[in-house]
Amino acid sequence: MQITKQDVEHVAKLARLEITETETDAFSRQLSAILTYVEQLKTLDTAGVEPTATVLEQTNVFREDKARPSLSVEKALANAPESESGHFRVPRILE
Amino acid sequence: MALYKLTLRELQERFTKGEVTACEIVQAYTLRLNQLEPKVRAYITPTKEAALVQAEALDEKLKGWRRTMPLMGMPVAVKDNICTQGVLTTCASRMLGNFVPPYDASVIARLRGQSYLLLGKTNLDEFAMGSSTENSAFGPSRNPWNLSRVPGGSSGGSAAAVAADLCAAALGSDTGGSIRQPAACCGVVGLKPTYGRVSRFGLVAFASSLDQIGPITKDVADAAMLLGVIAGHDPLDSTSANLPVPDYAKALKKKDFKKLKVGVPREYFAEGLDPEVEQAVQAAIEEIKQLGAEVKEIALPRTDAAIATYYLIATAEASSNLARYDGVKYGLRSKETGNLLDMYMKTRQEGFGPEVKRRIMLGTYALSAGYCDAFYGKAQAVRTLIRQDFEAAFREVDLIVTPVMPTPAFKLGEKSEDPLQMYLSDIYTISVNLAGNPAIAMPCGFSKAGLPIGLQLIGRPFEEETLLRGAHAYEQVTNWRAKRPNIR
Repeated sequence: MQITKQDVEHVAKLARLEITETETDAFSRQLSAILTYVEQLKTLDTAGVEPTATVLEQTNVFREDKARPSLSVEKALANAPESESGHFRVPRILE
Repeated sequence: MALYKLTLRELQERFTKGEVTACEIVQAYTLRLNQLEPKVRAYITPTKEAALVQAEALDEKLKGWRRTMPLMGMPVAVKDNICTQGVLTTCASRMLGNFVPPYDASVIARLRGQSYLLLGKTNLDEFAMGSSTENSAFGPSRNPWNLSRVPGGSSGGSAAAVAADLCAAALGSDTGGSIRQPAACCGVVGLKPTYGRVSRFGLVAFASSLDQIGPITKDVADAAMLLGVIAGHDPLDSTSANLPVPDYAKALKKKDFKKLKVGVPREYFAEGLDPEVEQAVQAAIEEIKQLGAEVKEIALPRTDAAIATYYLIATAEASSNLARYDGVKYGLRSKETGNLLDMYMKTRQEGFGPEVKRRIMLGTYALSAGYCDAFYGKAQAVRTLIRQDFEAAFREVDLIVTPVMPTPAFKLGEKSEDPLQMYLSDIYTISVNLAGNPAIAMPCGFSKAGLPIGLQLIGRPFEEETLLRGAHAYEQVTNWRAKRPNIR
């Protein structure tokens, strides 16, 4: 299976990942090899087979809607690259 | 005998009897670390100074009190993708190079509740993605048996630390073999519990439907002891099983395989298995027979499909989980920022290493419009078939015995240029994560070059007792642990 440089650039954009020219070449080559390998799954008949998303039997796990102690604003912001007045600060969104 | 040579249980016994203080334990390990850590490089963040302060406080507090909790005063190393409040947790990534968690993972809260001593945070492949620790942003760890070999991965730092006596026991995490494979490479015991047996709260997520925390220890009884402390339901992890935790030490009393049926999957002894590894595993199977097991050949017909299935599911989940690293809430933010989108893209470019990027790309591709059904959907369906293989096998047998990896530990740099070759070395461990079963890796011999060879036992879901009983029985008659690495 051939993953072109255009494919790589498209996927990188979806993944919010800036990539260099060298990386584009390498990913095109490596992803082509890996996807060719995984294409072997096509030979297995999975008609009518339920997909497994988790091995657990349970579906929803509920708890009471009760307030519990949580991180203080100060602690929650302690690792932020930038914060201001109790908020995360981000670069301008609208030009 | 030097304190660092003791198993967790031996050390605990001396501590409980008051023969040794917590300070003496930390001091013994500090000397050992000063001597060998520069060679092995098992740790990203050593915390021996903080451990000494805690040890002093613990000794002071314990004066005249009985010491009863299993992990009290015990020096433990923790893989650096498990959150430790106030202690750097980097995931071996530039992205989290400055991340200090404001909370403890639930497994850490349990250890802290017993007054354990954290000796440090151990090295791993970045975000646990790899089989050698070579993908660490802080450089690889070394195999204590041969410093030019990898310690395996991704929990390579934890396994190397246990093997080199740089801690009494360690925690790792296992998504596709990341506890068992490094344990095999380093000649120690590594247990991947059943999915849901141990809380994942505070484990930095890689592939949420596969990740599981487990012990890496010097012997099987230590693994049983540590599992007993970390296992159990946790309201903070809705995927943790609400089931009682058995007394795992009790499971070790029967020192045989009597009335146990043990399956040998023929697909695991096919092409690609190193003859030395095969010989050691076959000899182990013979021992298991001698211990009373009824050994029979079984089939796991979808084994060939496991790697392809795993690398679609794990990368799809990873691409979603790692979307959180956006330079906003914690971790790295690129200095070269334009608008918000530029900041995301540049931050992720600078923060992630090559393997993490590759997996994000693969996972994003597998989930993208037009390919999701063909790749991710297909992989989920094949995962069901793989589970059914194990369910069918476990209707016939109580345990399955296999190699852990096709070869002994490979050389640093040997596979780092070819990601697919690296992925293929996970063939014997990966299916177990897809099926959710528990499995244990333990030493079963050495290659001619003096490298450890690992044996894997796989059990039914939530039957860690049978797994530990079998592993312990085998360990009792072989005692591979008597041979220790001569680190130089």
